[in-house]
Amino acid sequence: MKNALKKGWLKKLLALAATYGVVQLLISVGIVNDYLQATLATICINMVLAVSLNLITGFTGQFSLGHAGFMSIGAYVCGIITLGNPTLPGFLLGVLAGAVVAAVVGCLVGLPTLRLRGDYLAIATLGMSEIIRIVFLNLEVTNGAAGLNGIPQFINWTWLFIFTAGTILLIVNFLHSSHGRACISIREDEIAAEAMGINTTKYKVISFTIGAFFAGVAGAMYASYFYFLKPDLFGFLKSVDILVIVVLGGMGSISGSIIAAVLLALISTVLQSFPELRMVIYSLVLVVIMIFRPQGLMGSREISLSLFKKWSEGLRGRKQKEVA
Amino acid sequence: MSILSVQKLTKSFGGLTAVSNVNLELQEGELVGLIGPNGAGKTTVFNLLTGVYEPTSGTITLSRDGNPREIQGMKPYNICKAGVSRTFQNIRLFKDLTVLDNVRIAMHQNVQYGLVSSFLHLPSYAREEAALRERCMELLKIVHLEDKKDEMASNLPYGEQRHLEIARALATNPSVLLLDEPAAGMNPAETAQLTGLIGWIRENFKLTILLIEHDMSLVMKICERIYVLDYGMIIASGTPAEIKSNKKVIEAYLGEDVSDA
Amino acid sequence: MEQFFQQLINGLSLGSIYALIALGYTMVYGIIKLINFAHCDVYMIGAYVGYACMTYFHLGLLPSLLIAMAACTLLGIAIEKIAYKPLRNATRIAVLITALGVSMFLEYGTMFFVKAEVRAYPAMTGWMTQSIQLGSGISVSMLQVVIMAVTVALMILLQFIVKRTRVGKAMRAVSLDKDAAELMGINVNSTISFTFALGSALAGAAGVLVGVYYNSINPLMGVLPGLKAFVAAVFGGIGLIPGAMVGGYAIGMIETMVDGYGNSLYKDAVVFAILILILIVKPAGLLGKNTREKV
Repeated sequence: MKNALKKGWLKKLLALAATYGVVQLLISVGIVNDYLQATLATICINMVLAVSLNLITGFTGQFSLGHAGFMSIGAYVCGIITLGNPTLPGFLLGVLAGAVVAAVVGCLVGLPTLRLRGDYLAIATLGMSEIIRIVFLNLEVTNGAAGLNGIPQFINWTWLFIFTAGTILLIVNFLHSSHGRACISIREDEIAAEAMGINTTKYKVISFTIGAFFAGVAGAMYASYFYFLKPDLFGFLKSVDILVIVVLGGMGSISGSIIAAVLLALISTVLQSFPELRMVIYSLVLVVIMIFRPQGLMGSREISLSLFKKWSEGLRGRKQKEVA
Repeated sequence: MSILSVQKLTKSFGGLTAVSNVNLELQEGELVGLIGPNGAGKTTVFNLLTGVYEPTSGTITLSRDGNPREIQGMKPYNICKAGVSRTFQNIRLFKDLTVLDNVRIAMHQNVQYGLVSSFLHLPSYAREEAALRERCMELLKIVHLEDKKDEMASNLPYGEQRHLEIARALATNPSVLLLDEPAAGMNPAETAQLTGLIGWIRENFKLTILLIEHDMSLVMKICERIYVLDYGMIIASGTPAEIKSNKKVIEAYLGEDVSDA
Repeated sequence: MEQFFQQLINGLSLGSIYALIALGYTMVYGIIKLINFAHCDVYMIGAYVGYACMTYFHLGLLPSLLIAMAACTLLGIAIEKIAYKPLRNATRIAVLITALGVSMFLEYGTMFFVKAEVRAYPAMTGWMTQSIQLGSGISVSMLQVVIMAVTVALMILLQFIVKRTRVGKAMRAVSLDKDAAELMGINVNSTISFTFALGSALAGAAGVLVGVYYNSINPLMGVLPGLKAFVAAVFGGIGLIPGAMVGGYAIGMIETMVDGYGNSLYKDAVVFAILILILIVKPAGLLGKNTREKV
C-alpha cells in the first residue's frame, strides 16, 4: 500500500519534471518566442483560476460569479508590494500577501453569503466582485482608473510552473482528503451531509476561502507577468471567462479544467488574426458547445494513469479478438 | 432512564400544526415503532429530532452516558455529533460518489488531521485514512456491500441503496438511530433480510432505534413498543398486541365509518 | 428640500428604465428559472434600432419606439428558439453559460457591424425640449414626463395581458408548474416564447427611451444597466412582476440619491452592497415569500 503510494508520487513527479524540462528547452533554443511565452503565461494563470473556481463551483457546488474579484485583490496587493520592494523576495512576499488578503476577503464575504443557494449566491458574488472593482477604481494607492504600470517582472517559466503545478497538486490533495470529501458531500446533498455530521456552512466557507487564496495567487502571477493592472481587467467578463473554462472542461473535473484552459488559449491565439471577429466566434463556439455537450468535455471524470491503462488494455483486448 | 425524551413537541408551519404536543420516551436499547396514516406527521417528527426543522415549542432531551442534554433547535450536524443519526424516506445518498465515499463522509467528524495535512498528505493523513478505510469496510461487510465499494451509489439497486443508507448512518457512531421507512419498496424476501439486519445492528452496536414503517408485519414483529401518530398527535402507545386491538388506531387507519358498520 | 425633489424626479425617470428592463429578467426567470444575461443586449439592440429609425428614416419618437419594440420581440423569440430551447432539460449552469455566450455574441456582433464608437441620438425638437417648472428650482423635462408616461402605460398593458388574457393565464400556470401546465393542455413552448417576446419588447422600449434621455449609445451600453436591472428584479423578488416594478424604482431612486448626496464614484458600489444585504436578510426579495425545501 505504502509502496504503491510512493510509486504514484514518483510517476507524478516524473511527468511534472518532464513537462517543465521540455518547455524550458523549447524556450532556451528559442522555439517558444516571447509571444508564445505570453500565451503560456496566460494558460498557466487560467489553469490556476479554473482549478480554484472548480473547487468552489464544481466540487462544493457553490455557484460563484465573482472569481475575478479575488484575482484582482491578489494582483493589486502583489503589484503594490513589488513596486515598493522590487526584489525577488519582495515579489514572493507579494504573491503570499496577495493570496492571503484574497483569502481573508473570501472568508469575510463567504460567511454571510454562503447561506444563499444557487442563483442567489451567484448574484451576491457578482455584486461582491463589482464592489471590489469599484473600490480599486477609486483608491489612491491603486492609481484609480489609470491603473498601476511598470510592475517589475520577476516571474518566468520556472515560477509559473511552480505556482501552477503547486496549486493543482495542493487542490487535488485536498479533494482526496476527508475535508475535501466533506466539501463534495455538500454538492451531492446538503441536507444529507448535515445529517451525517458535516458542518456545511464551515466547509462552504473553507472551500470558498481556499478558492479565493489561489485566485489571489493567479492574480499575483498576472501582475508580475503582464506588469500592468487596471480595474477594468477584472470585471464581470473576466469572472465569466473563468467560469467558461470550468464548465467547458467539466464541473468537478480537474483534468477537464486543465484541458479547457489550454484549448481556449489555443482558440484565442488562432483567432488573434481576426481581431474584429475574435469575440464573435468565441461566443458562438461557446453556445454551440453548450448546446451539443452541456456537461463539458470531461463531465466529472478525471484523466489518470489508470484510465490510460484501461484504454490500452481495452485496445489490446480488441486487437486480440480481431486476431482470434 | 430514557435515552431520548421528547416533551410536548410542537411544530407549526404558518397556520398548519403538523406536530402537536407529542411526548415520546425511548429507553436505552429499545426498538420502538412510530406508525400512522399518510400525512400524520411522522417524518416531521424525525426532522424535528434531527434538527432539520426547529420546533415551535417543546423539548427534546438526549441522555448519552447518563448526561441529559437538550438538543431541540441545535444544528443537524451537532445533533448528529451528539449521537442521533438517521436514514431518509426518499433515499438521500451522495449519488455521484462511490459506496465507500458515502460511508467515509459520515465518519468525517472523527477525523483528527487538519487542513495542512490534507493539503500535504502528511503521515497523519496516511495513518488516519488507512484506519478510516478499514472501519468503512467493516461497516460495508455488515450490509454486504464490501464488493461494491467502488460502485457509484446511484448505480446500486434500490434495496442496496437502503442498506447503504443504514451503513452510512452507523458510520456516524450514533446511540440513537432513526429509520424512516427502511422497508419501503422492498419485496417480502428483502424485508425479511432487513428485519434480521435491524435486529443484528441493535445488538452489536448497542443502539436504540426509532422506526417509521408502513409494513405492519415488520413493525409488529420487531418493535417492542409502538407509538401511533394521527393528525400530528399521539393517539395511542403500547405493545404491538395492545396497538392491534386499540379502537382509536383502527379508526385512524380505516376511517370512522368502520366502527358504525 | 428642493434638491431632494429634483433628485426624486431624476430617480423616477431612471427607475422607470430599470423597471422596464427588470420586468424582462423577472418574467423569464419566473417561467424557466434562467438569468437571461442576453436580455441587456436586447435592450442595446432596441436602442440601435430606434437610433436607425430616427437618424436614417427621420421617424418620430413614437413610431421609432414601436418599431424598436417589434424588432426586439422578434430578436427575443429567435434567441429563445435557437439558443435556449435545445437546452430545456440541461443543467441550469449550462443554460446560464449559453445565455452569457448569446450576450457576448450580440455585443461583439453589433460591434462588428456598427463599430465600437459611441453614437449620439438625434436631438429632440419642439415641445420635447421644454421642461415644466414646479415651484422654485425643481424642473421636470418633457423627456422625463414622456419616459414615465410610456413606462406606466406599458406596465398597465402588461398587467392587463398577464391578468386578463388567456395567454397571460398560461404564463402564470407555466411559471407555477411546467409539467402540470403541460398536462392541462397548455402549449408550454409557445408560452415561453411569448414570455420572451413580452420581456424583449419592454427592453426595446427601454433602449429607445435611454437613447433619447442620455443621448449616447454604444454596443456595451447594456452591461451595467442590465446588471442593475437584474439587481432591481432580485430586490423586489425575482419572478414577481410587481416586484420588478418596485425594485426598478427603488434602485433608480437609491442610485440618484447616492449620486446627489453622497459620493457619485461609489453609487454603483452602493447598489451592489444593497443587493448583497437584501439577499442576506430576505433572499426572496421585498415582495417574495420564503420557501423551504421539503425533506
